[in-house]
Amino acid sequence: MKMKKSKGRLTDSKTRRHSNRMTINAHPPALKSAGMASGLSSVRVLVGTRKGAFILESDGKREKWNVNGPHFAGWEIYHMKGSPADPNRIYVSQTSGWFGQLIRRSSDGGKTWETPGGEKVPQPGDFPSGQSNKFVYDTTPETGKPLTTHQWYDGTQHPWEFKRVWHLEPSITDPDTAYAGIEDAAIFRTTNGGHTWHELAGLRGHGTGPKWQPGAGGLCLHTILIDPSDPGRIYVAISAAGAFRTDDGGMTWKPINQGLRSKYIPDPTAEIGHCVHRIALNKARPNVLFMQKHWDVMRSDNAGDMWHEVSGNLPTDFGFVIDVHAHEPETVYVVPIKSDGEHFPMDGKLRVYRSRTGGNEWEALTKGLPQRDCYVNVLRDAMAVDQLDSCGIYFGTTGGQVYASADAGDTWEPIVRDLPAVLSVEVQTLQ
Amino acid sequence: MIRVILPQHLRTLARVEGEVQVEVQGPVTQRSVLDAIEARFPVLCGTMRDHVTFKRRPFIRFFACQEDWSHEAPDSPLPEAVATGTEPFMVIGAIAGG
Repeated sequence: MKMKKSKGRLTDSKTRRHSNRMTINAHPPALKSAGMASGLSSVRVLVGTRKGAFILESDGKREKWNVNGPHFAGWEIYHMKGSPADPNRIYVSQTSGWFGQLIRRSSDGGKTWETPGGEKVPQPGDFPSGQSNKFVYDTTPETGKPLTTHQWYDGTQHPWEFKRVWHLEPSITDPDTAYAGIEDAAIFRTTNGGHTWHELAGLRGHGTGPKWQPGAGGLCLHTILIDPSDPGRIYVAISAAGAFRTDDGGMTWKPINQGLRSKYIPDPTAEIGHCVHRIALNKARPNVLFMQKHWDVMRSDNAGDMWHEVSGNLPTDFGFVIDVHAHEPETVYVVPIKSDGEHFPMDGKLRVYRSRTGGNEWEALTKGLPQRDCYVNVLRDAMAVDQLDSCGIYFGTTGGQVYASADAGDTWEPIVRDLPAVLSVEVQTLQ
Repeated sequence: MIRVILPQHLRTLARVEGEVQVEVQGPVTQRSVLDAIEARFPVLCGTMRDHVTFKRRPFIRFFACQEDWSHEAPDSPLPEAVATGTEPFMVIGAIAGG
């Protein structure tokens, strides 16, 4: 049964508009970028769950896995990610409803962990201690004045309140620099390995901030993408404000939501207010972005200046994750979820959908995935790809399974089946 | 010495077992005890009270001498038994669940 949404209802997909479909041949053939030989490399999958972190390791064949954890047992691990500049440096967002936010860090690939600045100060003048979890909004007179409130669920203005870090994005070039996407939505940066964090206030201050309002999961900045060809260009996504871009390293930002259409907001084509769930790009072609919106799978060929829908023949285009093949920029993966009211796969069948044409034409990938009685969800940060020659795809579920495909999605195997609910999955490809 | 009992997760973070003891200069209050704990264990900064406002985190409670001191002013003196080390100052993670 194909289900599509219309004004919040599900209808037959044949009634959908296709006026904004792309012409498939308009894009260049897939660019094959250099991968890593499977026999010489290994992978490290970083899994954040509701009750701790797990590290899954395998050689390049990705057949046998070592499961290491739980690290930070009992804490919610919203996200953990390794530095591209130093794979031994891993940043972790560790949170708790009781004890708040912690930032943890490893400098040895996850063998040991430290809290930056969490130890006693050895000498006066060293880093101020205990500030790695101090996320304080910029309230300076120059930029703080328009940043005091955002829109609340009831339409009133509400003070910005830090709740947690959703996403940590390490710099491509410097292991001591990383970005944090937080709730209530803002982006922070550390340049000293996580000891201290400072807001890039131009995002909240660019003008639309007071109009942002939370989605059901809170007003969270959950996606940060750094353009590998231009580190000054950064994309972020906020639920439910939309996507934004800076071209000057975070000083100034602008909304990049043209072409998005969201029927659940008063003006479906508004400049902001869209519930973007995730954005992904291929490193070889960073101007081409793919987006899983609340409903709709979207594509931009100009760094987000304009989007068009590429949901095509998906059975439902609601979902959270989206990712792009490491070496084929036109090969995209999503996990369709039935609807915004029913966060599980359609018909109890867990299916990854792959498009080899940059969208619109999708095929269901089912081999090795449960095809009956499956009612898990796959959350927005819970899919990743490795860089091996035969690209590996990984995703985790709220049922605690982490699935891996060593053949670009053709077949799947569970690495583990019974972890706590998976919040995030990242993968490091190691030489 | 002030005796302090931390919840399990904070003991893990601070890498301590059992009670901890801290020295407090001046009046023994919630604020001075928490200041002393955070000075000794910087990793606990922000986990019991807000970094900036110093307000107690909502699901943290402070007990002493069989009484709940959570809603007392942070500068109110704690019981003499806590100040003398006879009784511990207890940091509790509120019971929640279902």
